[in-house]
Amino acid sequence: MEADSALTGAVKPAVTSIPLSYRRVIRWLGTMPFLAYASVFLLIPTGEIIVQAFRTPSGRFTLANVRGLVQPQILSAFEATIKISLITAVLGGVFGLLVAQAALRDGGPAWIPPVLTTFAGLASNFAGIPLAFAFIATLGSTGVITQLLNGLGLHIYSHGFTIYGLIGLSVTYMYFQFPLMVLIISPALEGIRREWREAAINAGATTRQYWRMVGLPVILPSLLGAMVLLFGNAFSAYATPYALSSGYINIVPVLIGEAVNGDLASNPQLGASLAFGMIVVIAIAITIYALLQRRTARWLR
Amino acid sequence: MVALKGAARRRSGGAARRRLSFWSWFWLAAAAIYLLVPLYSTLQFSLQTGAHQYGLGWYSYILRQPAFRQSFVLSLRLAVETVIISLVLMVPTVYLIHAWLPKLRPTMEFICTLPFVVPPIALAVGMIGLFQGVPWLISNTQILAFAYVIQALPFTYRSLDAGMLSVDIRTLTDAAQSVGASWRQTLWHVILPNLRTAILASAFLTVAIVLGEYTISSLLLFNTFAVYMQQIGTSQAYAAAALAILSFFLTWLSMLGIFFLSRRVGYRGAVGMTR
Repeated sequence: MEADSALTGAVKPAVTSIPLSYRRVIRWLGTMPFLAYASVFLLIPTGEIIVQAFRTPSGRFTLANVRGLVQPQILSAFEATIKISLITAVLGGVFGLLVAQAALRDGGPAWIPPVLTTFAGLASNFAGIPLAFAFIATLGSTGVITQLLNGLGLHIYSHGFTIYGLIGLSVTYMYFQFPLMVLIISPALEGIRREWREAAINAGATTRQYWRMVGLPVILPSLLGAMVLLFGNAFSAYATPYALSSGYINIVPVLIGEAVNGDLASNPQLGASLAFGMIVVIAIAITIYALLQRRTARWLR
Repeated sequence: MVALKGAARRRSGGAARRRLSFWSWFWLAAAAIYLLVPLYSTLQFSLQTGAHQYGLGWYSYILRQPAFRQSFVLSLRLAVETVIISLVLMVPTVYLIHAWLPKLRPTMEFICTLPFVVPPIALAVGMIGLFQGVPWLISNTQILAFAYVIQALPFTYRSLDAGMLSVDIRTLTDAAQSVGASWRQTLWHVILPNLRTAILASAFLTVAIVLGEYTISSLLLFNTFAVYMQQIGTSQAYAAAALAILSFFLTWLSMLGIFFLSRRVGYRGAVGMTR
């Protein structure tokens, strides 16, 4: 910093006419609008969730709200949300990895990777309300695929399947989960050097051995990181499950919407403690990821 | 020995000329089916005007609705506002950090990752709690643009950060100033042109995020495009499918914009999460 400023000063005297300390202050001040903005619309609202989760309506400290989370309906909502997020993160992650790997294989047509990237970007952004409608049109009780299967004699709705329940929700989430994985993992896959594979195969490794002992360990940190992102992605989804189930599915984001938005029994304390619970779950997921990554980083050094 | 022979054969096949295996095609085909079938079904739904009749009836029905136009104009306006606020806020900040204040970079990374940790629904709860005593703010549609800037933060930051890393902003600044450029000249004629791709890519993505955003606008009780779509969906499944196709088309336009930008530089696919 000092050396650079001295250099600039030597070349350009006009700038040094403003004392260095002033310029430094101006630079720091330049970041203030952003910090103020982030405080008002992100940091303080987040703090507000935590404060409200531990406060009575009259403003005193209480543990009752958080303790109130321990009841069958809420616990099962957390369980269902975590289960769905885990399943779609792992399945979507593995599927996305296989698709990305297939697209990036040597010798494939050159148009595949860019088309896949664009489509994956499209699919992982085509979410929320329209995604729910798309799956109702596909696998809803009168959906196109449902009717096709009916025509083939396979009545999925009489076998307990419904797009409006947890399995249907998982099928729908996969639509944005695996393309997201493709987008995140492709750079890591490209980072695997071709020479490593050739070296391993020259040394007598089979493709399977190469993946188990070289390829997978190298991309493992990216893989885990991507799956944590996928987990958080599914965990915080609100629009898709709400529109899919018309608000009748018992998962945490929908419960929050009900608590805050409910026409009759609006309960901001419950909403805040549920939101606090969500933040805790995501924070735990990220901590687990950080610990795992530290372990895998050790293999890589 | 057998393995060695196999390896030798594989090598003599040549890495460059190896064809895609059955399984590669299998997974790519599976992905294509998963991605395309729901789109096809939605399209078919949206064109279904009677028992076995097809046409554009639902589309013209939607376009005639005043509520559609109002909600869509609101979302478009919010998209433009969000892009402007994001850029005015982020470009100078990321520039300052890259050029002069590298010590602030971890703090910036932390703040810009936070929207992943605090889901939109939780943020909405916090904002309602915080601003419920400020009616001019909480009941003004403007607050949505403020919230969307936060939703777009991770992506805007990523894009600008990558853009600035790729051109060595500090050297450019020093070079511009050494030939006597003023601050304004440096920013307009040196820094911004070098960031054009990063800025446009993040703008396209922000538009896609805002046009599809439902969670915050519905909790704050505003009728945005996605909220309107949800309301239609509760009663008219076919009209809703037409809206979904419309929305898909808009997202597609944004992604196409990013795709063409990415052909010029190595910008990767972009994700905004409006679940």
